[in-house]
Parts: sequence; structure tokens; C-alpha cells
Amino acid sequence: MKRLAARALSVDLGRRRALSGVDLALESGRFTVIVGPNGAGKTTLLRSLAGLIPPGGGTVALDGAPVHRMRGPDRARAIAYLPQSGGVAWPLAVRQVVALGCLPHGERPDALSEAGRRAVADAMAAADVQDFADRPATELSGGERARVLLARALATKAPVLLADEPVAALDPRHELMVLEVLRAQARAGALVVAIMHNLTLAARFADEIVLLDRGRLRAHAPPVEVFTPDQLAASFGIRAHVSQEEGGLVVVAESPLPQA
Amino acid sequence: MPASRPSLITGLAILLVGLSLASLAIGPAPISALAAAKALVSDQGSASVVVREIRLPRTILAILVGWIFGLTGAGLQGLLRNPLADTAVFGAPQAAALGAVLVLYFGLVGALSWALPLAAIAGALLSIGLVVAVAGRSATVVVLVLAGLAIGSLAGAGTSLAISLSPNPFAVTEIVFWLLGSFEDRSIAHVWLALPFILAASVLVLAAAPSLRALALGEETARSLGVDVRRLRLLIVAGAAVGTGASVAVAGSIGFVGLVAPHLVRPFVGYDPARTLVPAGLAGAVLLLAADCAVRLIPSGTEVRIGVLTAILGVPLFLWVIARRKAELAETPA
Repeated sequence: MKRLAARALSVDLGRRRALSGVDLALESGRFTVIVGPNGAGKTTLLRSLAGLIPPGGGTVALDGAPVHRMRGPDRARAIAYLPQSGGVAWPLAVRQVVALGCLPHGERPDALSEAGRRAVADAMAAADVQDFADRPATELSGGERARVLLARALATKAPVLLADEPVAALDPRHELMVLEVLRAQARAGALVVAIMHNLTLAARFADEIVLLDRGRLRAHAPPVEVFTPDQLAASFGIRAHVSQEEGGLVVVAESPLPQA
Repeated sequence: MPASRPSLITGLAILLVGLSLASLAIGPAPISALAAAKALVSDQGSASVVVREIRLPRTILAILVGWIFGLTGAGLQGLLRNPLADTAVFGAPQAAALGAVLVLYFGLVGALSWALPLAAIAGALLSIGLVVAVAGRSATVVVLVLAGLAIGSLAGAGTSLAISLSPNPFAVTEIVFWLLGSFEDRSIAHVWLALPFILAASVLVLAAAPSLRALALGEETARSLGVDVRRLRLLIVAGAAVGTGASVAVAGSIGFVGLVAPHLVRPFVGYDPARTLVPAGLAGAVLLLAADCAVRLIPSGTEVRIGVLTAILGVPLFLWVIARRKAELAETPA
């Protein structure tokens, strides 16, 4: 059981205050989706949770230990981070890319141990990338590459998985496939956090929604409580139609509201 | 694929031994390869003097310099995730030459002083550090090449200027050595001068190997995998500067070996930046030793400078890589 908690977290990027006074507690077994308008501080929050940027004020702690002070490999074994639109610099084979996820365990990707090989095989199966395991990662389509990078993150076997827009630029089918993988990870006991823009999909897959706006936490609750027309108007500046249908919540942005 | 790496390394090593023998045998005094080998290990009179004191230092230096250029080229390409990265593209050899020339021709130190490689290392460090800093984390081809071109041209001009202003009237004839490099008339003292630095640089770059792998996925992911990116950058920039500085201090600026060598071996190692390092170093040594044999065979009044040959080999490859990455160039905002 892991508990990732931010307390009074503030972060400055250059002169701009990107996050201020965020209090947030996340637990294992839950799939949390972070939403918010552009520039709300979503990526900054995720990077802070991953321990990649030091907090300007407050703390981020994993089971009580401040994440940005953890030793690199320790942190890497505990928290997997999937950045937005990541690329692969060299035409490495897909299997090699996924094997990079074993690095924090002291594995050499070209000579994996039995456990490492199993981690890579499981991750490739979960992300459904076995079919092109030997193709160069640079020659894949956007959807294929996104799944390969997700498999890389899964191969770390970290109990915490943080993904920055894992379904951006994916077609609807791949969008659903990736979200199903993330939800399955949470069901299997991982602490999963993802940033998303598609509110309907966020509502359908997430256990909890974190709504950020201008660097502040506006809401942290189940989707039905966060996605209300008033809340969407206040944070996103849109008039939205929200309805409860068979498959879950449907959130449709209807028109932009005049700037207050 | 992994099975091909040991055979690649073995093949390069065998090639290197063969070329070393050839290098000991080639020169104005006709000595066969067999006689050269004999003269190396036992006293054969004048043949031994020629082989041991003229051709051996030259051979060792070509191997050392080629090795470190190949290794640092592969390291820098891995660090910047860019196949066009190389000390020569960054103007580092010219900057190193400027550092060496400044202390040498103003009579501060002698040609075999430790201060010479140190000054060259300072020059190289300045140029590599500057380019890596300018290029930063989003190193586009255009930024890299332009920054390197500017620094290289400036340092080259500075070298010529410094030599022209030198109080020593004969210094001007040595501009060619500093700008185009040569292994001619190098003694074993030059080997001892460069060797410790080249070994240190190799250790620095090889220590970065495991982290280079993670960097293939970008800086953010590498950091999330527990890699200390700042330490990695420091290791490779320091290794490249020390290696280039020491090499240039004894052999002048020789370009493009570090650019070419990694490209030759990369397909054989599955494009893994960590597994590219050692084969790239060996390929660099093979290339430079072969080039040094070639300059001695080309019939000409004075020996053709080795930097001319490496540029003739390297520049077409450089252009070819640019042509293949045209899409990236086009996307760069003007």
C-alpha cells in the first residue's frame, strides 16, 4: 500500500508561480486523472509528484519520504514516470526500449536476468506491443510508439505510475486500449495518475478526478462530483452539457463563456 | 544482434593489429612488415632506430588519438541524442589548438611541457561547454552545427592570428600543423604527454555508459529512471574536452574521426548508445591509423596533412547525415 501525498505544495517555474498551496493525497489501487485548462499546472504537479522538480514550498512524500530527496534508483524503482509525447532517439528495437525500464533494478538491458525478462514480457503483453517487438522504435506510428513507451514504464514494476497525457494524439481505439491498461494497473494494486483532456473518457475511467486551475487545486473527488456545469464553467470557462448515460458520464463542451 | 558485437570488436582489433604492422613498415626507409616486427622486438641496428623511435610513436599516437576521438564522438552523440554531434563539429579541436598555440608561441612553455595539453584542454572545454550549453536540452541540428561552426571558425582564425603575431619568425610555418594536424616527427615523449590524459578521458566517458542508454528516451525519462543527468553531462563533456585537448596538443587539430566512427559501428550494436562506445573507439583508431598510413603513401613533396584526409572522408558523411535529417532541419523555425 503506497501513499503519495503533496502538502502545501508550491512550485515556481522561473518567475511564474506554477502551483500554489496544493494539498493532495493519493493511494494505491486508485486511478486518478488530473484535468484542467492549459497552463493550470498539471504537468508541473505530475513532475513534482515524480520527484523530478524540487518543491518551492511544502512537500511531496511517498509513504512519508520526500520524493525529491530519494536516491535516484530508489525513486525510480518506486515511481514510474511517462512524459508527454516522449520520443526515442535511436532506432532501438522495441524490446530494447521496453527493457530500459529494468535499468533502476541494476539490470543491463542487453543481458536481462530471468526476473527482468519476465518484467519486459509482462509489460509488452499488457501494452499489446509483442507483435512489433523487434521493429525499430523510430519507425512506429504514433499510437504504437505511445504503447511502447507505456510498456517501458510498466517494465519498471514501480507501484506508482504517473503518466502525462498518455492518450494525446491517439485514435479512439488506442485511447481506450491505453486507458484500459492504466485502469487494470490500478485494479492490480498500483497507484496510477494520468493527465487527460478528454473529460468524458476521464469521467468513465477515473476513480477520482483532480481538477487544477491556475496553479490551485479546485477539486479532488469522484467524477460525478467534479464534472458539474458550474465547476466546468468556473475552471474551463465553458458552458458544458453533462448527462448520465448507460456507459457513464457524458461531458460535452458546448460553447466558450465570455472571459470574466 | 547481441552476438555480433564481440565479433565486431574482435574484427576491429585484428584490423588494428594489421594496420599497426603496416604503419611500422611504411615510410621513406624501405623495411618490410616482417623486418619491422623483428626490428621492434630485437636490436636490428638502424632499422630498429627507425621503427622504434620514428614509426612506433607515430603508430601509438594515431591509435590513441583515433580511439579517443571515436569514443568521445560516440559519447557526445549519445548525450545530445544527435548523430551530428562530435568534438570536431563543435570546433573543439580548433579551440584546443588555439589554447595550445597561445601558451606555446608566446614563449610561455616548451613544446613538451605539461602546460601544453592543459591549455589545449581548457580551449576544448570552453568550446564543447559552450556548444552543449547553447544547444541545451533541445539540440536541433541547426543550432548544434551553427554554434560549432562559429566557434571553430573563430578559434581557427585566432590560432592563425596568434601564430602570425608570435615573436618567433619560424612559427608561421606551423599554422598548417595546428590547423590540419599531423603525426609526422612525433617522439615517444609525445606519447607520454598525451597518454595519461587520454586514459583519464576514456575512464570518464566509459563511466557514463549505463546512463547514456536511458538518455535515449529523453532527459525527463532518464531522470525518472534514476539517472543523474547533470553528472552524465559533466562526465562526457569533461571526457571529450580532456581527450580532445590532449590529442590536439600532440597532433594538431584532426577532424571528423569522432563523427564517422560511431556511424560505422552503430548498426552492428543495435543502435544502443552504451554499446556503441568501445567499438566506436576502436573504429576511430582503425580509421586514423589507416589515414596516417595513407598520407605516407600518397606521393607528394611534403607529407599530406592527416586532417585533410579525415575531412575528405568525414565531410561527405556529414552532408549525407544532414540530407537524411532534412525533415528535422525544415521544422526548425528560422
